[in-house]
Amino acid sequence: MTTATRTLPRTIHKSGGAVWRGVLFHGLLLVALLFSLLILFTLITDVLMRGLPVLQERGADFLTRPTSSSPARSGVAQGIFGTLMMAVFVSVVAFPIGIMTAIYLEEYAPDNRLTRFINVNIRNLAGVPSVVYGLLGLSIFVLALGPLTGGRSMIAGGLTLAALVLPIVIITSAEAIRAVPRSLREAGYGVGASRWEVTRLLVLPNAAPGILTGTVLSLSRALGETAPLLLAGAVLGGFSIGGRSFVEQLFSDYTVLPVTIFDWSRRPQAEFRELTAAAIIILLVITLLANTIAIVLRNRYERSW
Amino acid sequence: MQSGASLRRDPSLATALGGTAARHRRERIIGAVLLSAALLTVVVSTLIIVSLFGGAVDFIRQIDLGTLLADGWYPRRGEFGLMTLVAGSLLVTGIALLLAVPVGLLSAIYLSEYASRRVRRIVKPILEVLAGIPSVVLGFFALTFISPVFVQRLNPGTADFNLLAAGLGVGILTIPLIASVSEDSMRAVPAALREASYGLGARRLTTSLRIVVPAATSGIVAAVILGISRAIGETMVVAVAAGGSGGAKFTVDPFRQGQTITAAMASLATGTDNVAGATAAFQSLFFLGLMLFIMTFVLNQLGDIFVRRTRQQY
Repeated sequence: MTTATRTLPRTIHKSGGAVWRGVLFHGLLLVALLFSLLILFTLITDVLMRGLPVLQERGADFLTRPTSSSPARSGVAQGIFGTLMMAVFVSVVAFPIGIMTAIYLEEYAPDNRLTRFINVNIRNLAGVPSVVYGLLGLSIFVLALGPLTGGRSMIAGGLTLAALVLPIVIITSAEAIRAVPRSLREAGYGVGASRWEVTRLLVLPNAAPGILTGTVLSLSRALGETAPLLLAGAVLGGFSIGGRSFVEQLFSDYTVLPVTIFDWSRRPQAEFRELTAAAIIILLVITLLANTIAIVLRNRYERSW
Repeated sequence: MQSGASLRRDPSLATALGGTAARHRRERIIGAVLLSAALLTVVVSTLIIVSLFGGAVDFIRQIDLGTLLADGWYPRRGEFGLMTLVAGSLLVTGIALLLAVPVGLLSAIYLSEYASRRVRRIVKPILEVLAGIPSVVLGFFALTFISPVFVQRLNPGTADFNLLAAGLGVGILTIPLIASVSEDSMRAVPAALREASYGLGARRLTTSLRIVVPAATSGIVAAVILGISRAIGETMVVAVAAGGSGGAKFTVDPFRQGQTITAAMASLATGTDNVAGATAAFQSLFFLGLMLFIMTFVLNQLGDIFVRRTRQQY
């Protein structure tokens, strides 16, 4: 009784300070959160302020010219072409293999040691730094398979990026497939459908939006990668495609937008700083466009079972 | 783990499939094709390990092991002072964590304990966008903004290229990862614990710091470990902003130029350092790659253990 009456006023007395501490802490948390938003805002305005004048002044000329040693005549045509081709490679190679693997792991695989090993292995692959994938590309796709890929070629780069995003495609697709409710599968098997019929007719259509979102996000990640392609033979600086046909270009020199950005950011002339910012604007438009498409798709088809 | 697990193991299912022999055959072929796609991922990791080890062993055989202790990393001159790169990586990672751990953790506490649903819906996609900014872009930002606006004001006379700006750039890239992993673990703390705390008269501050954060410790540790792994593996920010493209002297001074394990790899693969063939400089790429691979592998396993512990806890 006496202790209770003693502690009660003390807590009330203390609470003034506690309220202040609470407010201060709340403020601190807000500052931390706003810090990230502020950085993003600063980064985008800084790049826009440096790069937009170049885009306004040069216009289409900047988009259609190859890299050159003179800033006034340098453009990002080869980088854009390379980046779009990388998107094609990743879509054609990594998406089908990744989605097939996800289907296998979720719908077909028996629960045995091999399956567990494959699962652990995919998780580990997802954590390998991207520059290490560059070494895979260099030693396998550029050197060992050089006679087939043409060495430091667009194909070698495309395959490297495909290997890089494969684990991400698998993990996100597997999640989307797992989210399809079990009752749907049971209904399918109940009417005598085979495993593939259940997968194709019931599981995949319902998992498609989730799979699509994951693949588009992984694509945007791939298009922003620089380090693996530096190792897998993307060209820094100027090169000429000298009237090669489309197929010949697949087997020869290439570069991508992030590599162009890296190249220009190291040039001593001040004009290249502005060009770099302009190239960054174009890269951000491409990757943010992919991200936005993914988020819109997710919101549009999001379904709760 | 998977919703279809018990369906799959049901033996009656395999025999119950009716229809023609062709239907059975088609099922078997499709199963085999899907399995081979899955096995391809095993091939990819085998190839990674084989090429890393192959190149690293060639490197060790070629060089005089004493050069690994040199006072700098100048691969073209045959000086392979590993400590230079290890010190650079640790310094950059340390700076990155000094920024990313407090900011990431506090953001996570806010999102998990304080934010309304509407704030979360707006802020989380923005964090995702920050996570999706290509690292070469952040390198450019570190070089042209963080370095002149922050570093050179802090310590006048610092060159444009310096390890501090690079470390801060890497830190910015690490914030979203640390925030999202630790937020997940805080949200996994059962509401009953919070309610008990509020029931005893604790305020939000006390509940967050004394109840939720301790209960989410495993997840927070995992977030920091995965953050370290991400920061060590980050290449382009350092390659653009820390300078030292030809090589670097041993330094632990954040205001100097320097190289990390990853930046040394990027630099070996580019420009004047473009080396190919069976030279020691070329093979050192694989040695560095192997070091990096082992470091991140160990960190990721550790992180996984802690993530799993959170999941089992509640």
